[in-house]
Amino acid sequence: MTGAPSQAYDAIRALEYRYARLLDDDRLEEWPSLFVERGVYKVIPRENLDRQPPLPIFFCDSRAMMQDRVRSLREANVYNLHYARHVVSNIEILSAREDIFEVAACYTVYQTDLEGQTRLFSVGQYRDVITNGGGELKFQEKVAVCDTFNIPNLLAIPL
Amino acid sequence: MLRENAEISPPLPWPTQDGSRVPFGVFTRHDVFDREQEAIFRGPVWNYVALEAELPQPHDFKTSFVGDTPIIVSRAEDGSLHAFVNRCAHRGATVQRQACGNTRQHRCVYHQWSYNARGDLVGVPYRRGVAGMGGYAADFDPRDHGLTKLRVASHKGVIFATFRSDTAPLEDYLDEPLLAAIDRLFSRPVKVLGHMRQRVRGNWKLYAENTRDPYHAALLHGFHATFGLYRTNQKRKGGSDRARAHSTGVTYGDDWRQAEQSGNIEQDKFVANYSLADPSLLEGRPDFNDGVTVSITSIFPCLVIQQIMNTLATRHIRPKAADDFELYWTYFGYQDDDEQMTACRLKQANLVGPAGLISMEDSEAIELIQRAIVRDGREDSFLEFGGLQADLDKDRTGEATIRAFWRYYSGLMGRPDGTRGNGAEA
Repeated sequence: MTGAPSQAYDAIRALEYRYARLLDDDRLEEWPSLFVERGVYKVIPRENLDRQPPLPIFFCDSRAMMQDRVRSLREANVYNLHYARHVVSNIEILSAREDIFEVAACYTVYQTDLEGQTRLFSVGQYRDVITNGGGELKFQEKVAVCDTFNIPNLLAIPL
Repeated sequence: MLRENAEISPPLPWPTQDGSRVPFGVFTRHDVFDREQEAIFRGPVWNYVALEAELPQPHDFKTSFVGDTPIIVSRAEDGSLHAFVNRCAHRGATVQRQACGNTRQHRCVYHQWSYNARGDLVGVPYRRGVAGMGGYAADFDPRDHGLTKLRVASHKGVIFATFRSDTAPLEDYLDEPLLAAIDRLFSRPVKVLGHMRQRVRGNWKLYAENTRDPYHAALLHGFHATFGLYRTNQKRKGGSDRARAHSTGVTYGDDWRQAEQSGNIEQDKFVANYSLADPSLLEGRPDFNDGVTVSITSIFPCLVIQQIMNTLATRHIRPKAADDFELYWTYFGYQDDDEQMTACRLKQANLVGPAGLISMEDSEAIELIQRAIVRDGREDSFLEFGGLQADLDKDRTGEATIRAFWRYYSGLMGRPDGTRGNGAEA
């Protein structure tokens, strides 16, 4: 591999890891900052993929909408108390043109309750469009396709 | 079939006959769960199983459940609807393994027994044997070996099934206010936009209670208050069937209704004066001209039909065990929705379902109950909010509809003293 693609891959991987770490460290307020202003975030049950358009269970199409979601989680919603752990793997650049990368990755999210018991909460695939926004890579679109489309209890923290 | 007066050991200790005390054992006991499968789900009730819009074409099918029994819902070549147990008449294997699809024959993979869209046995390999070996006797009649059939009835495209031959006609079972609620939401042909599922570690009846419980709405669900989504002249009304099994209620009378009267409805929003950073979440056009923003209809035992703003969905409660159920959402719009309306429904899907801004709390509340009632099955919950004399057709703020659910439930399950019936409170 030449130097340039390797650099791009390293930067994309760093963005994916940072995404996971912000969520796992409960830094929800910083989560929207990983997206461009009109960025899209969706969680789509795998069983809905064969419909056009596929029905999401969680859908933001602006950074402001993500901020509303975070405010709702902080101030309004009641959900299961837990620690989240996002594991991102199998990161692959599917296409690259100019500064826009289509990226696929696998995610696994574990939840640990307040008695220290861990369960596998969700597994699936990220389908990302990553772009160079103001000198750093950001998500133009992040779609989490849930293999685990029978959501255990509820989904609060983004996948 | 239901065995009359089947024993429950020990009997359910209902402390009162009016549904105001519910012993926790009904949420935890496996013998109660088993009894429910016979007395409730296979009893004289109509179980929601699917929407006709999910199987529009001949030979379309969808797998579903009646209680915890897996079934296939299917449309035959003449357009008629059928439902049968998804269990091979030969050795008991699951016949149809797909969630939905279109097929002329449902073929069991084990020995390739095949059934048509009505559940009739139409194919048996080596039925006459091979070279004098194997095969079935000459008097083997395929008509005796079809899949176990249920009766099916559909109202406005909402499909119900029952195991019993003596279940009252569907329209009588639902009764007037419930029929009106269904007619309203299914007044135009619908199209399914997708499904949402959540698996809840709790008893299915905790969800049945939840959807008949206006008391919790503004207390548990904080989204509206947090974002200033209050309407000044909001009112509630509702109704119930004569048997008091079901409940339907609406919230109506708000700002955009007034706007409609000023002839300005197309440009108007559902709400004003909120503090969302991105208000596009709530931008929509009213689907109806009646000012109703929320409509929740709970049909015994396992169906909820909802309209919340532009979100339309059926919620199918699928019990799996005493402490486990699936909530299966079928999210729909109308066939004549334009692109903008579909986009609006997809965005408002944020409000409901497992990640719903105004719904995610419900399953958590249910799990909180299930976790805490592990041991004290003879202790009970307390359901007297709104008073015991509340008029079900007028008072839509108290716990009267939950008490009515329990009276109907205990009537079907049989009382410890052997009597049946739905109690005294009207």
